[in-house]
Amino acid sequence: MKFLSAHRQKLPIATQALNPILEKSRNNRGVSDGVFRWATGLSAAIIPVGMLGLIIVMLLNSHLALKEFGLGFLTSDNWNPVTQEFGALSSIYGTFVSTIIAMLIAMPMGIAVGLFLVEWSSPKVESFFGTAIELLAAIPSIIYGMWGLFVFAPFMADHVQPFVNEYFGFIPLFDGPPLGIGMLTTGIILALMILPYVSSISRDVFKMVPSVIKESAYGLGSTNWEVTKYVTIPYALHGIIGAGFLGLGRALGETMAVTFVIGNSHRISASLFETCNSIASTLANEFTEASEPLYLHALVALGLVLFLITITTQVAAQLWLKHLVRKAGGS
Amino acid sequence: MQSNSLKMRKAVSRLVKVLATLSAVIGLVALIWILMTVVSRGIGSLNFEFFTELPTPPGMSGGGLANAIAGTLVMTVIAAATAIPIGMLAGTYLSEVGKGTGMAEFIRLVNNIMIGVPSIIIGIFIYVLIVVPMKGFSGLAGAVALAVIMLPIVVRTTEDMLTLVPDSIRESALALGASRWRTTFDIVFRAAKNGLLTGVLLAVARVSGETAPLLFTALNSSYWFSGLNEPMANLTVTIFNYAMSPYTDWQAKAWGASLLIMVSILALTVTSRFIMKRQGRQ
Repeated sequence: MKFLSAHRQKLPIATQALNPILEKSRNNRGVSDGVFRWATGLSAAIIPVGMLGLIIVMLLNSHLALKEFGLGFLTSDNWNPVTQEFGALSSIYGTFVSTIIAMLIAMPMGIAVGLFLVEWSSPKVESFFGTAIELLAAIPSIIYGMWGLFVFAPFMADHVQPFVNEYFGFIPLFDGPPLGIGMLTTGIILALMILPYVSSISRDVFKMVPSVIKESAYGLGSTNWEVTKYVTIPYALHGIIGAGFLGLGRALGETMAVTFVIGNSHRISASLFETCNSIASTLANEFTEASEPLYLHALVALGLVLFLITITTQVAAQLWLKHLVRKAGGS
Repeated sequence: MQSNSLKMRKAVSRLVKVLATLSAVIGLVALIWILMTVVSRGIGSLNFEFFTELPTPPGMSGGGLANAIAGTLVMTVIAAATAIPIGMLAGTYLSEVGKGTGMAEFIRLVNNIMIGVPSIIIGIFIYVLIVVPMKGFSGLAGAVALAVIMLPIVVRTTEDMLTLVPDSIRESALALGASRWRTTFDIVFRAAKNGLLTGVLLAVARVSGETAPLLFTALNSSYWFSGLNEPMANLTVTIFNYAMSPYTDWQAKAWGASLLIMVSILALTVTSRFIMKRQGRQ
């Protein structure tokens, strides 16, 4: 007891001597950490504030058109700057159809590439193709556009379209002039642009399939394809759908590549060989020409439509992925 | 499936394998086709004049795109200088300060949506926000548009890279008495250095090929810029205008510019991949 109390008396003296130093550093830390919190917090706040600003600014600059045409803006395909009549239907149609073509091509191909990389290639081949996929994703869209217009469109006009027209021309989709440019070419180029996204995500989710499960299926005598069909793909399905959403978002908003090859005409035609337009290509072509307020507001309204479409797919994708992560964490 | 003979099942399996290999080969062929096209058509235009002279009117030989190269560099540097610090701070908030809070969750969601917003929409946003009030297209507006596109990318990669740093490192630093900000910038950032650098390089690569947001912000110009409040020449819009023109010498210049942009972007991508690989080996 005596010993302890002696120490007790000593201790406060030591802390008292140290106190000013500790206090000072603690205060400093309080101030600098406060600055740190505020600086990072404010920077982070810029993101939602900017998003809100974007929506407000676009609403303020499209209200003339929205008031003038109402819902008719979405249902009319009459786009005529001369008579100041604006209907967005042909652009919306073009955006959706070109995206659907792209998805129809890129989804199965991307999944197939993912399978090829995970199931049937050596590590060396996989790393080589992995780099190639990354490079394909890194090429800027304007180069896809130029290549599409000067190289791929003539190729389509000379080799693909006459052939398809001859054998499948009885289907209205493939009945049209072999111009090269048009809806089908746009869809194919968009497919090439989103292929890297679909295939790299597919590869990643296929890799996560536990090999024990696959080996069990092989052990039961399944062939390669049966393992893929009944084990790998069902296991990775959620991830593949997530990849689809990401590709969808990119294809919907792609501007430069589409502007080069879609032909830019405001009309809706049954044939995929015909020229048409998309929301993004209309904006790229006409925005600087919009001199009257109503024209400008109609174009911003068109941008708003595209924004709403992409934001819907993005939110769906985000929620889907979150659901996916929760599910993976839970199981 | 049971009724199918083994031969049949094996044949189907082999067919799928062939189709999958074919898909991969098609992707590779497309990549090579595009690269070869740009190189073979663009290499002829890349000479000394291309980098040093102003553009000439169509039909006149010679001339270059020096002003567009400079414009693209200036706008990309301004955009990077704005977006990288803010984006890194915001990413730090998501990973270090606000981690686990509803606020961080919400900002992360908005940020991910922002990454998916088409760049042409950002162009419209900056047009009505900056170009209309300033009564004219300007290099500043172009740089801001690029910064807005870059910001969410930097935020996401920063957060991703900081999250990879194990908590034990943070705890050790804090236990030694380091303050929060010192722990973050001296310890966590150092541990994530290569990843952060990769993220920045990829973000720069991404915006330096952007065309759509510049179409109605920076516009284009055939002269040297004398300030940020006037239209500024840049490579991508020049490619667009020249490629769409009927003049063959302009189209040749567009291919040259495409080659220049493509090589720069691929170099950035490969460099970042290399840095990431070195990180993995450490």
